[in-house]
Amino acid sequence: MPKLNMVQAINLALREEMQRDKNVVILGEDVGRDGGVFRVTEGLLEEFGAERVIDTPLAESVIAGSAIGMALYGLKPIAEIQFMGFIYPAIDQIFSHAARVRSRSRGRFTCPIVVRAPYGAGIKAPELHSESTEALFCHMPGVKVVVPSSPYNAKGLLISSIRDPDPVIFLESTRLYRLIKEEVPEGEYAIPLGKARVVQEGKDITVISWGSMLHRSLQAVGGFDAEVIDLMTLNPFDEETIFKSVKKTGRVMIVHEASKTGGFGAEISATIAEDEILYLKAPIIRVTGYDVVMPLPKLEDYYIPTVERIRKGIEEAMKY
Amino acid sequence: MPVRVIETIDIKRLDILDEKGNVDESLMPALSDIEIKGMYELLTLSRTFDHHALSLQREGRMGTYASIFGQEASQIGSALALEKSDWIFPSFREMGVYITMGYPLHMLFQYWGGDERGVKCPEGLNIFPVCVPVGTQTPHAAGAAMAAKYKGDKIAVACYFGDGGTSEGDFHESMNMAGVFKLPVVFICQNNQWAISVPRERQTASKTIAQKAAAYGFEGVQVDGNDIFAVYKATKEAVDKARRGDGPTFIECFTYRMSDHTTADDAARYRTKEEVDAWKAKDPILRLRLFMEKNGLWSEQYQKEVEEKAKTVVDEAIRTAEAIEHPEPKDMFTYTYEKLTPRQIKEMRDF
Ligand SMILES: Cc1ncc(C[n+]2csc(CCOP(=O)(O)OP(=O)(O)O)c2C)c(N)n1
Ligand SMILES: [Mg+2]
Repeated sequence: MPKLNMVQAINLALREEMQRDKNVVILGEDVGRDGGVFRVTEGLLEEFGAERVIDTPLAESVIAGSAIGMALYGLKPIAEIQFMGFIYPAIDQIFSHAARVRSRSRGRFTCPIVVRAPYGAGIKAPELHSESTEALFCHMPGVKVVVPSSPYNAKGLLISSIRDPDPVIFLESTRLYRLIKEEVPEGEYAIPLGKARVVQEGKDITVISWGSMLHRSLQAVGGFDAEVIDLMTLNPFDEETIFKSVKKTGRVMIVHEASKTGGFGAEISATIAEDEILYLKAPIIRVTGYDVVMPLPKLEDYYIPTVERIRKGIEEAMKY
Repeated sequence: MPVRVIETIDIKRLDILDEKGNVDESLMPALSDIEIKGMYELLTLSRTFDHHALSLQREGRMGTYASIFGQEASQIGSALALEKSDWIFPSFREMGVYITMGYPLHMLFQYWGGDERGVKCPEGLNIFPVCVPVGTQTPHAAGAAMAAKYKGDKIAVACYFGDGGTSEGDFHESMNMAGVFKLPVVFICQNNQWAISVPRERQTASKTIAQKAAAYGFEGVQVDGNDIFAVYKATKEAVDKARRGDGPTFIECFTYRMSDHTTADDAARYRTKEEVDAWKAKDPILRLRLFMEKNGLWSEQYQKEVEEKAKTVVDEAIRTAEAIEHPEPKDMFTYTYEKLTPRQIKEMRDF
């Protein structure tokens, strides 16, 4: 089985889905001739042609909005936003339309689009190239949010996202793009949306994370009997897997890169408190980015949760 | 009833200085020899800055950088038509504008080195920080122009962006607003033919970008963006018009991005060497030199002095930038709000 990095795994998922279903099209800035600024769509223009791999004008609102129009007409568009920090002009379309088409038309029209965007810090990029504002999208009913943490999962989750009948925001960690390689099978396999993955079993504490922070968390749990959960789909998220784990461990730590206030950790934390508070032995701990504008490269490493900060969080929970 | 033509648009193109260094005297703006030499020196300084920035990036001493190579005349020619009291809303590829306005060079290196303190504009200048999200600075230019108008200030607002930027909704909304309210703003589009890998003709089906202005009810003109005299003249007229209260102007500087999009890009993937080579002959600095040579303003000795001076200034700026102490981690909290929030105060205890 070939060992692929995340860029290659996502590329493979796109290629296979396009081969399988001629309604699948890709649109975005520099996705064609350039193969995407991260090369995620490399080779697809050559294989599928300019009608299916569309280099659009530089305009995020029309990238998202025309994807919606294509979806209404029966295509399965995959829109690429070059970096998550540039998704804001598209939010009007995503929130006012993609999220509501099904509801507004009482099911007559649906919006099976995928909006892919690289997210997150750690590659020393310029301003607005390091955002992780996933919680904004989780807040909007009608939008699903998926964040893979490894090549294998990225492929399976993207296939499910493409086939999903509703809009999916698919966030790809730039830091992970080429960091890890693992075996990724060719051919179809879908990892269902809405299901989390227990990466490592343990008895003392449940560590919940996603995307690039999952790897930091895994580095930090050494020496502890920690159960590590990769959430994978943030909305709708897998309460069942979390509850089961919390019942067993009685302690919870959530790790995310986004700033703390209103981050998705808050939602998980509240959900656990609502349902499982009687099983908790310790306060729920959140280790997150700070409540600041994401700094430029010189201070980037101070912003991103470090292994040390995550370890401290576990130690704190283990005091109880 | 017959169909009538109710509106026609003429789009003017301004060329003054050709590739061989000849000028059209009838169009030549009034510039003294000293001013012309000043232009040449700024062009050289900006290019020297740019080349050094690219090498620093390659050596790992600076972050991702967007080169201005090839676009110097568009930037310096337009900025020279502005006053320090004017307001400037740049994108991310306007180092020549910053340099012309007298922005401290070391701060530019500091910024591209990943330190936001570098874009804290010194008092006495009104240059907004580098704007990374394409096109999003255009509404601010319209708003600042509206405020200046309201306050009765006789200033102009200059807004810079690329050909790609003209595809964004914000651009069109700002142009429309500027037209409706006759705002004192000059929209300066550096059409460098590429938006990363997407060529100009894939941004718009219109023949020129300048003609976009017509739809918003004001004048758009195309100038040879590698001709510093043409850029200067067009901008000067637009700025004077803005100050007079006669409304906005759109200037399309027809130029070329000689470098990769940024240091993170490889332009060889999407454009040919022949295309790039053809633009080499149109170099903005070379043609001014040829003009100066013909007019007795240039000598080998002068060239040496200009180059050495530029190199000294740039080297000094790099030294200064690199000697600046690393920002304190706490700095990232300081400017979120005027006052720290209770939560930020807790978070800061990590440092
Ligand atoms: C809103 C937004 N979308 C995408 C990007 C990524 N990006 C940076 S520069 C660029 C191309 C800009 O082209 P143009 O406006 O012609 O300016 P140039 O780079 O040629 O100076 C793109 C797509 C961005 N910075 N902002
Ligand atoms: Mg351009």
